[in-house]
Parts: sequence; structure tokens; C-alpha cells
Amino acid sequence: MPVNDGPVVAEIHDGSVAIGGRPILRGIDLSVRRGEVVALLGANGSGKSTLVRSLMGLVPLSRGEVALFGTPLSQFRAWRRIGFVPQRVSATSGVPASVWEVVSSGRLSRRPFLRPLRKADKAAVRNAIGAVGLTERAHDGCSTLSGGQQQRALIARALAGEPELFVLDEPTAGVDLQSQQAFADALAGLVEQGATIILVAHELGPMAALVDRTVVMRDGRIAYDGPPLASVEELEHGWADHGHHHPELQARYSDHTPTVASPIDAPPREQRP
Amino acid sequence: MSLLTYDFVVLALVAALFTGLAAPAVGTYLVQRRLALMGDGIGHIAVTGIALGLLTGTSPTITAVVVATLGAILIEVIREKGRANGDVALALLFYGGIAGGVLLIGLGGQSASTLNSYLFGSILSLSAVDVWTTVVLAVVVVVVAVGLSPQLFAVAQDQEFAKVAGLNVRFYNILVAVMAAVTVTIAMRTVGLLLVSALMVVPVATSQQLTRGFRSTLVTAMGLGTLASLGGVLVSAYVDVAPGATTVLIALAGFALAWPLGVMVRRRQRMQAPFAITPDGAYDGEHTVVPEEHAHEHGEDCGHLAVPHGDHVDYVHDGHRHAPHGSHYDEH
Repeated sequence: MPVNDGPVVAEIHDGSVAIGGRPILRGIDLSVRRGEVVALLGANGSGKSTLVRSLMGLVPLSRGEVALFGTPLSQFRAWRRIGFVPQRVSATSGVPASVWEVVSSGRLSRRPFLRPLRKADKAAVRNAIGAVGLTERAHDGCSTLSGGQQQRALIARALAGEPELFVLDEPTAGVDLQSQQAFADALAGLVEQGATIILVAHELGPMAALVDRTVVMRDGRIAYDGPPLASVEELEHGWADHGHHHPELQARYSDHTPTVASPIDAPPREQRP
Repeated sequence: MSLLTYDFVVLALVAALFTGLAAPAVGTYLVQRRLALMGDGIGHIAVTGIALGLLTGTSPTITAVVVATLGAILIEVIREKGRANGDVALALLFYGGIAGGVLLIGLGGQSASTLNSYLFGSILSLSAVDVWTTVVLAVVVVVVAVGLSPQLFAVAQDQEFAKVAGLNVRFYNILVAVMAAVTVTIAMRTVGLLLVSALMVVPVATSQQLTRGFRSTLVTAMGLGTLASLGGVLVSAYVDVAPGATTVLIALAGFALAWPLGVMVRRRQRMQAPFAITPDGAYDGEHTVVPEEHAHEHGEDCGHLAVPHGDHVDYVHDGHRHAPHGSHYDEH
């Protein structure tokens, strides 16, 4: 892991989350320093989404504490320093909304109350839309965009607030390759400017080159925290470009747990017929 | 316009103007949350409020505002708890509201016709005080709905994002619920409790046929709502028909006109959307000349749909895409 002794930007200590009485996260300790690009990997149900949602204060902790920029979550008010891209597939709602309108809601944490968009706000919105390559679609309705373009609009919304910490929850799930590349480029620009990024993902795809730390979640605990891995399967297989899944391997999995034991275990290739 | 010399017509027009502005303004946020029928539910609950007012001899408008607001907040709380059977809980509340109202009206010895003026509106019998109350409440609703539109939009669009942006999501949700309750009670005198939801939702549905953005939808819906409610009062002043029902039918007629237009516009946009450029630039890698005889030249007015494709234009010809290439056409 590259040495990074910058200030801690996001921190969770002994974090536990229970939803409906069932423990989802157990004893999580994680701190992210300024300038780090952290990929949070894990199977469905491993708790990676819950972890970032608890960092953002969207899920209450049943134990432990979260601090953002050194301030305990309950006293944290500087939300303008955070850009969040929630996990979802659509930027549409019951009423049409243009890309410009959706992206400008990313400026809300910076705008004075009841004041129209100022020049700086407009410039930030324009830049954010440009960074994800949607300039030509800025005034089109979100519902006319493809799924990948809608996700890009949601990224632009987080970009528009010019935050220092980006938290992205599965931004590329089900997104076309062209959009994934547009994301990766937008994120690369941020990394250059020194932003901190926490990225929840299934597969990193074109974003893999940016990541400098990987955290793998397994069954509500951190199973691996260290130098980058392209995907959870790399832990499983020991090689990155395998390209497909093995049904017999998956059949061996328990209900929601990938068989990630630890990175020093022998890759399970030999065990296969 | 000799009718305008009658005070009750002028009062009715003023009430209609402000109701027509306020109802779609709130309705836009309800439709955005996919809660189009919430206005209807609040209307049901308000019946209990009216009955309470009639029973206790206080102003039914005031008791209706109070009961409808409490009901709307309860709906919002049930929704926030996110129970899977949330709609069933809402149904219980709606029907509890209307049944309670009918029961209380009976207890108070009032006839059904008293209730009728609230269920279907009685805009031509409004007093000056009624109209001023309507105007003040409607102005408050419109100012909040338009002035706080960036916040309300963000919260309705994506609650989690709004929360991380530092907005008090619960406050804005309850604000919308309270605005909806206030709007329902001011509109009950003009279009009636059973029809108020139509004035909140139909203009929004009409305007979104033709708009692409949220703000334009909001403003157009408010304009359409005003036109419909003013039209309803004017028509009923000349012809002997119920103003509330006329208002709603005018609004629906607007939707019937806009809908086919919207379908056409959207279809056109979809057809003219540029074809995707494949990252490896497949269209100059594979070179397939159009095999059949090509008698005419594709151009501005050739009658074939022209769709941008990267740096050139493809013409849609019998389900194929023809791209001009020097003296011939390529299949793209």
C-alpha cells in the first residue's frame, strides 16, 4: 500500500449495523486518508453498500462510531465536502427533469437558501456535465437518456458540488462500456485534483487503473484490505483476466458469502477437476 | 361581460384563479413522488374534518385544514417507515376518514346536501371571507412550492442524495404533505373534495406530455390549472352546469389534446436520436456496399429518415441504414 499520511477523511471504528435485528456489519474498522482511491469489493449481501451508507449517516450504527473529516457524524454539518452517488439505476422520477436540473441539485449544499443559481454555480454545473460527456444532452429530459448516461448524470450531480470526498455506490452496475470509460475519465480528473474516492463495485472495469487500495467485504466483515485487486474473483482465482465464472465454484458458495478466506490462501484453481 | 358585474361571479373567479395556481404547484411534487392519488386520500380524510366542524359549530374549513394536515402527516410517517404494505395502511386511513365523516354528519343531524357542497364544491356561494382565506393560503402554497423548488425537487428526486447534501429530508416531506392538505381544503369549496385531486394531477400530466424539464412542467401545469378553473367558472356562469365538474372536464380535455401530441413528439425524438458509435469504429472497418440497385439519391427531402451517426448521416431505408460513401451507399 502506498504510504499515505494525510489527514483521515472518513473513519469508522468498531462499526456494527443491524437491520431488522440481523447483524449486517460486524466490528468494522476502516479509515480512509486524503487522496486515497479505495475500492470496496464483495459479493451481494456482503455489506459493502451498508458500509458506505453508514458512513454517510443513512443507516444508523448499532455500535461504534463514524467520523467524517475528523468530526463525529452526529455533529458533522459540512456536507458540501461530500459528493454521494447512491446505488440506483435511474435518474428519472414521476415528472420529467432535464440533465441540467438534476445536476444542479448537486449545488444545493453550496447555494445560499432561497437564492437562484449564481455564476459560479452555473459554471460548476456546466463543468460537471462536461466532465461526464453529456454537454450535448444537458437540456434533454433524463428519461430520454440510456441507463449509462443516466448514471453519468448522477455522477455529474455529485461532481457539481465540488466535494473533497466522493462516495460512489455501484456506479457502473449495468452500465455500458462507453459510459464506464466516461466515468473512469471523470474520476481520473478528480484523482489528479487530489480528491478522495470510496468506490463500491462488483467489477472495476476501466476504473481499476485508478484504485490504489482495495477492501474486500465478506459476510459483514472486512476480509481483505490492501493493494489493488481487479475483482473479488482475482482473490478466488489468482488471475485477473479469467473472463468467466465457474458454475461449480458458485454452487459451492454459501447463501451470500464468497469463498474469500484471505489473500494468502492458495488460489482454489487446483481444487477444480 | 355583464356577468362580471355580479359580485359572486367575481369572487368565484378570484377563488378559481388562486386554486388553479396552487393545486398543480403542489400536485407536481406529488406526481414526482409517484403519489398522484395522495390528494384524493387527503380529500377523504378532510370529510371527517368537515363533519367535526359542522358537529361542533366551528368553521368546517378550519377543522378540515387541521384534520387533513394531521392525516397528511400520518400518511408521510407511514410512508417513511417504508412498510411493504404502505398502500394498504393508506387505504385504511382514507376510508376511515370518509366513513368517520359520514357518521359524524349523521350524528350532527345534518343532511347529506350540506356534505354535498363540500364533496362537489360550491364556488358560486363563496363569501368574501372564504375567498380571502383561499387567496392567502394559495399564495403561501405557491410561494413555498416555487421558492423552495430546488430543495423540494432534490428531496422528491432522490431522498438519499438529498440527505447527504445536508437537507432535512423529513422536514421537506412533511412540508409537501402539509401543503397538499392545505390545498385540498382550499380547493374543496371550488372543485369539491372528490375532484380536487384531479386539479392537482391532471394539469401536471398534461404539461409533462410536452415538457422536458421540471421547472417548465411546474410552470406549465400552474398555467393549465388556472385556465381550467377559470374556464370552469365562466362556462358554468353562462350554462347551468356544475363548476367543479366543468373545471375537471376542461382539464381532462386539455390532456386529451396534449397526449397524442406528446406521443408524436416523443416518437419523433426517439427515431431521430443519433445511432451509437461503436468504440472500435466498426462502420469504417467493415465495408459493405449496399447490394441492391439504388435508383435515387438520399438527401434532404428524399423521404427517408436521416439520423446522425458519428461524423455522417445514415438514411433509414427499408429497415437498413444507408450511409453515403463517395459514389455509392454503405450498409451501416
